[in-house]
Amino acid sequence: MSLGFIERIIGPRVSPEEAWKRSIRYGTPGFLLLAARILLLVSLFLPYWHMELQAPQYPGGLHMTAYLNHLTGDVVEIDGLNHYIGMRSLYEAAQLEREIGVFIMIAFVVLLELAAYIHSRWAVLLVAPVVLFPVVFLVDLQLWMRHFGLNLDPDAPLSNSIKPFVPTALGRGGIGQFVTIATPGIGLYLATAASVVLIAALFFHRRAYLPLVRQQAAKANDGST
Amino acid sequence: MKHDPIPIRTVAATVVAAVGLLAGHASAQSMADVQKAAQARGLSTADLLAAAKTYTPSGMKDEFVIFSSGGHSGQVHVIGVPSMRLLRTIAVFTPEPWQGWGYGVGNDVLAQGNVAGKPNLWGDTHHPALSETNGDYDGEWLFINDKVNARVAVIDLRDFETKQILKNPLTVSNHGLCVTPNTEYVIESSQYGVPLGWEYATMDKYKETHRGCVIFWKFDRKQGRIISGESFAMELPPYWQDIADAGKLASDGFIFINSLNTELATGGIQDKKPPFEAGVSRNATDLLHIVDWKKAEAVFRAGGAKEQFGFPVIPIETSIAEGLLYLTPEPRSPHGVDVAPKGDFIVVAGKLDPHVTVYSAAKIKRAIANKTYSGSDDYGIPILDFDAVVEARVEVGLGPLHTVFGNDGYAYTSLFLDSAIARWTLGGEYGKGTREPDWTLVHKTPVQYNVGHLGAVHGDTVNPLGRYLVAFNKWSVDRFLHPGPLLAQNFQLIDISAQGANMPVIYDLPIGFGEPHNAQIIRADLLKPWSIYPEVGWDPHKQRIDPMAPKKGMERVTRDGSTVEVWMTVVRSQFNPDHVKVKQGDTVIWRMTSLERAVDAVHGFAVPAYNIAVSLEPGETQTIEFIADTPGVFPFYCSEFCSALHLEMMGYLMVEPN
Repeated sequence: MSLGFIERIIGPRVSPEEAWKRSIRYGTPGFLLLAARILLLVSLFLPYWHMELQAPQYPGGLHMTAYLNHLTGDVVEIDGLNHYIGMRSLYEAAQLEREIGVFIMIAFVVLLELAAYIHSRWAVLLVAPVVLFPVVFLVDLQLWMRHFGLNLDPDAPLSNSIKPFVPTALGRGGIGQFVTIATPGIGLYLATAASVVLIAALFFHRRAYLPLVRQQAAKANDGST
Repeated sequence: MKHDPIPIRTVAATVVAAVGLLAGHASAQSMADVQKAAQARGLSTADLLAAAKTYTPSGMKDEFVIFSSGGHSGQVHVIGVPSMRLLRTIAVFTPEPWQGWGYGVGNDVLAQGNVAGKPNLWGDTHHPALSETNGDYDGEWLFINDKVNARVAVIDLRDFETKQILKNPLTVSNHGLCVTPNTEYVIESSQYGVPLGWEYATMDKYKETHRGCVIFWKFDRKQGRIISGESFAMELPPYWQDIADAGKLASDGFIFINSLNTELATGGIQDKKPPFEAGVSRNATDLLHIVDWKKAEAVFRAGGAKEQFGFPVIPIETSIAEGLLYLTPEPRSPHGVDVAPKGDFIVVAGKLDPHVTVYSAAKIKRAIANKTYSGSDDYGIPILDFDAVVEARVEVGLGPLHTVFGNDGYAYTSLFLDSAIARWTLGGEYGKGTREPDWTLVHKTPVQYNVGHLGAVHGDTVNPLGRYLVAFNKWSVDRFLHPGPLLAQNFQLIDISAQGANMPVIYDLPIGFGEPHNAQIIRADLLKPWSIYPEVGWDPHKQRIDPMAPKKGMERVTRDGSTVEVWMTVVRSQFNPDHVKVKQGDTVIWRMTSLERAVDAVHGFAVPAYNIAVSLEPGETQTIEFIADTPGVFPFYCSEFCSALHLEMMGYLMVEPN
């Protein structure tokens, strides 16, 4: 008897008695997936990225913090300064990302929820986008910074003295009298931690369910011959 | 990564290296270097100690703040202690262009101070009074009087800006100003006797026609305004009432006002009559006024005041009948009347008597209850028997004026003629704090020169804090370089933290902007000033958002008949709009909002030919109105160096001729 499409995707089921008997083996992937979900949900409320600008006339520095869905800090002041070099308002950057950030995160949680029920290799497909999320976040950020830095208004007051440039998404940079320091926020660390946990989850997932998948396939082969 | 044609990194590296060198050098400094520098400048060990106590390196903040009257400048000056650095001048009765005060900001407030309908654009500020809660400064409000035109101003200490000016409706000049222990009332006492309500009368009828008065201005803390309609006055004899101080704790409910010219002298030097200086100081004693303000308030509320010149005034007869007003002899030509921290003693110093005279609040109450009178004055006001109310007399020196209090049982009296500050011990419960016997002179510290008022930290409240005292000296003579013949006054900081004879002068601050009188010294941490206005579009006068404030993206110039309205936003480094075209004769209503949120990002709005200067602090909105009567092209510009492109922050007002 060959396996149905759905059965092949959701993979072999484990009987409650078996799951109970080998709770570590079968419980670990689910537990790790749950831990990743919690990390991601908590990260929603925490900053993902900080930018500090240091200059003599700002003794405490200027600070900007990006959350998944909003910006806080001295954004107005930074925008005011940026207008001299013709940079667009930071509020115009990554608008779509900030609008859908929360929904993406909810979608991730749902994906991980589903991944916990899928005992086949297809689980990798569900988990992979979540694992890659921190990288995607940073790449997106860097693209935006590049876009903003390279597309300065040529009619801006200081366009003669400040040429287009690419600010760094992480690390130190400089513009005019400002030293800029970009650092990841605790939210991004949590998302990264979630990625690590998810990779571990996939490892334990494979260890728990690959033998069952093979058994199932062998059984199916037996049945068909 | 960075493409910067100016090698800023190189500059920064050089600066960093230089700072490194300096830091390295600093760590190599030793006390020998200090000695060498001191020797080169001829400084003594005492000087170095004074410097160590006062020198405030860049970035270090002062612990206390002086609010000083500005004298003729009609302003208030804010000075840090112990650095004695001038932090701010607050424009009050006098236009002041930096703050735009009178040139586009506060014009309506200044107009409240019009005298007989005419602007009087200077003031003689004498006595600042910080608002109090339970008899101690709360750092929220400041009141100050203008002696020359009998006015009182209300200053909001959130933005250090004057919010209200009141003209005394009854009298011409004032002197005393104080607040009741919870700032229920701001009390203003008159100075020179005049016919009330700006009437005319000749000097030969002085006794019948002239009067003094005290006004109880009701303060509404929530509105931040004195409510004229809930205020009242008491008619007083035409003695020259002087300083007023409110009772507290043991004397809560009373106001003490001293007076001179109980002789009712009227001068007439050209007619060979004694000049005022002689006529006014002829009697051996003058009369301290003791006012039961809580009773007076009840009488006023019960309708006991008579409407006089549009203001409710309790007549002298009513005050006598209701027991609101008593007198008692005080040393002649007094200047200070100061209530001790617990409210139990009232210290009066007469300029021409080397003693301070200390009255007991308990004895005053007893004498009032027992009607222990030694007589009554010409107006029938009972005079409490001097011996029944006096507690002590302490010989402190020549020309005693004002007294403030320390935290350990000492009182400090300024000696004008001796040019010194006297430290003396209080008796009663205060006596335990000092090792010297009660009611004795302990020490006199010479000051340079001719001290008037003096201030100590919270030194006139229920909770004096000691530490520092400032002598507000009238003359400086040889203390500073002479900037021409008009010399600076001298504020001298005195360290009063040690007991006994140890109270050295540790700093001299020249005051070159008028003759300050009194000042109060408050703990800096009690002040909670705004660094920027709370929101963009803030109206500082009303202390709320102005719904008409121009908003970003809504800048425009509109015309309605011959009225042109400008809706302008102001931000580094642009005025928007920067072209304003009107026709000669148009009425221009110019609204402007600072969009700034950065601390210290202040803009000025300066317009030539139209006498306009506005200060726009971060978030502030202002509206100015004028008639464009002078045709021409007028570059308006930002008068604060706000940014690297400050010079470029300008625009043109074009007034097309008819």
